[in-house]
Amino acid sequence: MKNAVGRDIPEELLVNGKEVYQGKNYMDGKYVQKVGPKTRRYEAPQESKIVASLADALRQCGAASGMTFSFHHHLRDGDYVVNMVMKAAIEELGLEDLTIAATSLGNAHDPIADYIEQGKVIGIQTSGIRGRIGEVVSAGKLKTPAIVRSHGGRPRAIEAGEVHIDIAFVAAPTSDCVGNCRGIGGKSNCGSMGYAMTDAKFADHVVVVTDCLVDFPNMPASVEAIDVDAVVVVDSIGNPKKIASAAARISQNPRDLMMAENVAKVIASTPYFKDGFSFQTGVGGPSLAANLFIEKIMDERNIKMGWAIGGICGPMVELLKKDKVGKVIDVQDFDLDAVNSINQTPGHYEMSASQYANPANKGAFVNKLDFVVLAALEIDTSFNVNVLTGSDGVLRGAPGGHPDTAAGSKCCVIVTPLVRGRMATVCEHVVTVTTPGDCVDVLVTDYGIAVNPLRQDLVKCLDEAGIPHVTIESLKEKAYSLVGRPDDLQWEDKVVAVLEARDGTILDVVKKIKPYHI
Amino acid sequence: MKIQKPAVAGTLESSDVQVTVEPGTGSVELELSSNVMNQYGRQIKETVLATLERLDVNDARVTVVDKGALDCTIAARVECAVFRSCGASDKDLPWGGIIR
Repeated sequence: MKNAVGRDIPEELLVNGKEVYQGKNYMDGKYVQKVGPKTRRYEAPQESKIVASLADALRQCGAASGMTFSFHHHLRDGDYVVNMVMKAAIEELGLEDLTIAATSLGNAHDPIADYIEQGKVIGIQTSGIRGRIGEVVSAGKLKTPAIVRSHGGRPRAIEAGEVHIDIAFVAAPTSDCVGNCRGIGGKSNCGSMGYAMTDAKFADHVVVVTDCLVDFPNMPASVEAIDVDAVVVVDSIGNPKKIASAAARISQNPRDLMMAENVAKVIASTPYFKDGFSFQTGVGGPSLAANLFIEKIMDERNIKMGWAIGGICGPMVELLKKDKVGKVIDVQDFDLDAVNSINQTPGHYEMSASQYANPANKGAFVNKLDFVVLAALEIDTSFNVNVLTGSDGVLRGAPGGHPDTAAGSKCCVIVTPLVRGRMATVCEHVVTVTTPGDCVDVLVTDYGIAVNPLRQDLVKCLDEAGIPHVTIESLKEKAYSLVGRPDDLQWEDKVVAVLEARDGTILDVVKKIKPYHI
Repeated sequence: MKIQKPAVAGTLESSDVQVTVEPGTGSVELELSSNVMNQYGRQIKETVLATLERLDVNDARVTVVDKGALDCTIAARVECAVFRSCGASDKDLPWGGIIR
């Protein structure tokens, strides 16, 4: 059945009330029955919840074959926890048929690909999939199709019981002996622990894995002891060098800077750009550089940013310290400046993934966003964006908060070069739709700006400000004139991944790619 | 042109292509790999074969390792490799002739 972005969704996926994507805000006003976890009572006072090993923690939580384990990705490419838990479960306890429900999976988790190939891990639910896991899933080696959700779609699915977490594993830079966790104060700091919060509240069991035990009580706690069954102390939860980069540097690439300046001009031309406006930006070259130019225009017009959200990095913390933004609310940190600022710099707060982006709660932060600046691997002439699959059809990306912020914000700006190497970023049809075009408002490229025709109000803003813009079709033709028109990818019938829209409907599927022969 | 000795042109940098030509065994044999194979493999092959034909090369082993080069780059690297293999790349290149 064709959905609202023209993707054909196989009928066999449309069971148990699953629907195809119908358009933005389709679920607005509907009710959801939240499903609570089945948790164990610890009525008798406990001195400590520390257990000797991960295997012991798994046994204590009744780990069994067929279960779903959850993880969060604040340790990013430095994470050791996913691999060590899965190794204990599979190699020490001999468990099989396991499902990993992670907030993101990356190159740090390449060893999991072996467990997929061995058939020990049969399900993957994630907001990002890269490295060898992406390759083996694309090759059709995972027993069930991977389910990819946005950062907001994931807590929605957990609360609605569509994902039932048997055991949540919390990678904690610091914990006390009963499981109050924080992302700072240890040796592998990650700052915000926002993505772990919903998991801890809705999992049957919660195991904290830490490499820095601190005195009770570890306050203010990101994950609280009231939800924790066991604490395991390990040598190291991750490689600090890969958890947070030294400092996110603003690009010096003149092409990035030119695009960033145009992003700032577009933003400043809209009525939302006024004192107290709200903002989120990605950490890609041109997106991050947009901060610089926006700050300049803020100074010129003598206005301040009210608040900013997102994955946070140094340049945003700088704005906070200079009192140019009122508050920064933080679900994840990308560099040490941000890690060292959360709950330290006045006005820098932590939030959960649900609070950030969940479309089914009563008011996520994304719904109050004026602007978001995002990147894209591809964007097509209907403004649909792909940030998940490469041009060869292999899973190697992450929707993350992209679809959530695009849908919630008043003005979503995509900034991307027109071509990358021989790949046309602006194209006729994206490989996979991860953010639907009805949520995307303006495209800024190095060859021109295009406004979504759905937003005639923004067309008027740009015209009045004298900002030249063209049709997205003309940008696509320009791209193809440079790199040539690409051949269509060839797919087999087997679905290897299902891409859920943030509201839980099906936005697209990824099929197994056919080997290419010339 | 007749391929006389092995010759290479181009690099493995992004957006470049490395072309190796060697004396053949009676026909053109092409080995092609590319990081944009699924979308552009057919066009890369056509460009390489058309360039060889223009240079009147019909007996060669050609290895193309493409890193996302544009067609103009691919043609230029093939031309360069062929002229090097004939020892004819240092002077009197036929610009506007068979090199276009």
